[in-house]
Amino acid sequence: MSNEEIGARVGCDAEWIRNVSGIDERRFAREDESVVDLALRAAEDCLQRAKMKASDLGMIVVSSGSWDRQFPGPAASVASKLGLAATPSLDVPMASAGTLFGISLASRLCEGLGPILVIGAEKMSKIVNREPMERGVAILFGDGAGACLVHPTEGFAKVVDCGLYTDGAYSDDLKLPFESPIEMNGRSVILQASRKIPRAIAQLLEQQGRKAADVAVFLMHQANQNLIARVAQALEVAEDKFYSNIRNFGNTSSASMLIAAAEWSHTHKLAPGEALCFAAFGAGFHWGALLAEGSD
Amino acid sequence: MDRRAKILEIVQKVSGKPLSPAPDESLFDSGLLDSFALPDMVGELEKSFGVKIPDADLAPRKFDSIERIERYLEEHSH
Repeated sequence: MSNEEIGARVGCDAEWIRNVSGIDERRFAREDESVVDLALRAAEDCLQRAKMKASDLGMIVVSSGSWDRQFPGPAASVASKLGLAATPSLDVPMASAGTLFGISLASRLCEGLGPILVIGAEKMSKIVNREPMERGVAILFGDGAGACLVHPTEGFAKVVDCGLYTDGAYSDDLKLPFESPIEMNGRSVILQASRKIPRAIAQLLEQQGRKAADVAVFLMHQANQNLIARVAQALEVAEDKFYSNIRNFGNTSSASMLIAAAEWSHTHKLAPGEALCFAAFGAGFHWGALLAEGSD
Repeated sequence: MDRRAKILEIVQKVSGKPLSPAPDESLFDSGLLDSFALPDMVGELEKSFGVKIPDADLAPRKFDSIERIERYLEEHSH
């Protein structure tokens, strides 16, 4: 779905969309594709790359804010479609910060449970089509899924530490009521995110005796390129240290951080000890950062 | 430079335009400044006036006009 197409629906031009978000196009799933279908494809791809079977998993965590029933969430269905009938599967309906929280949780649980597959899967297209369509919201979102395997002993990177935060004073500033469009106080989200994200990253790095300049890549939730630029500026690092693919995929909510991470990992390697930093901010507000370093 | 003039200078800096809004004119609701100018402006206010604006005070409406910004700074200056 190009800027021209979505812009025609909500009464704005492609250039405006690009300027306010950094987005050129976004992907929409087929009508008959569900969050579970998207999650399954990401899960299977991830397991194949890791040369693991679903039966090796100790847990599945699925983050999605765009599932279409109150309960059960998508995790049980994803597990079932992976052929699993007893593996504990956890739903994390946190929207954009969901996969960051999921990976952080998994890093602490995997030692006892075994490998944990963390998936972010979102079908935002069915939500942005809800009337009334507010142009500042409808242009932002796309569909997608990403997955990450958190293993107790193996992997291309090792989790060092994380910092997770929640401030419910802003819980009304970004919300999705049932059967309604997304409601967003955009200025509040931008103001808070532009402060809280760099602070979370800086605090985590300081606790670990690292500097932002030492981080090889920042894999941040792809909310808006202008926000990514301001986070980089606040940390005094070049904007291109923040991997970005929002131009092609839009904001895919909790899937975006893992879609960016997967895309980055297909073309980059992390040297042993080299630092990588995840970060996300989303409805709640929930936010945080996770530091990992290249494995030996 | 007085406070109001300094605020106007900051508005012009973050917008990159020689704006001259009236003191009570909306800066953001009106579309005069885009949403991303807001964190830029808050950062410049902190630097220029030597204040630390806590996250809890970051309600966009408090910064939507020169008058409102001035009022906030008056209330929080030491």
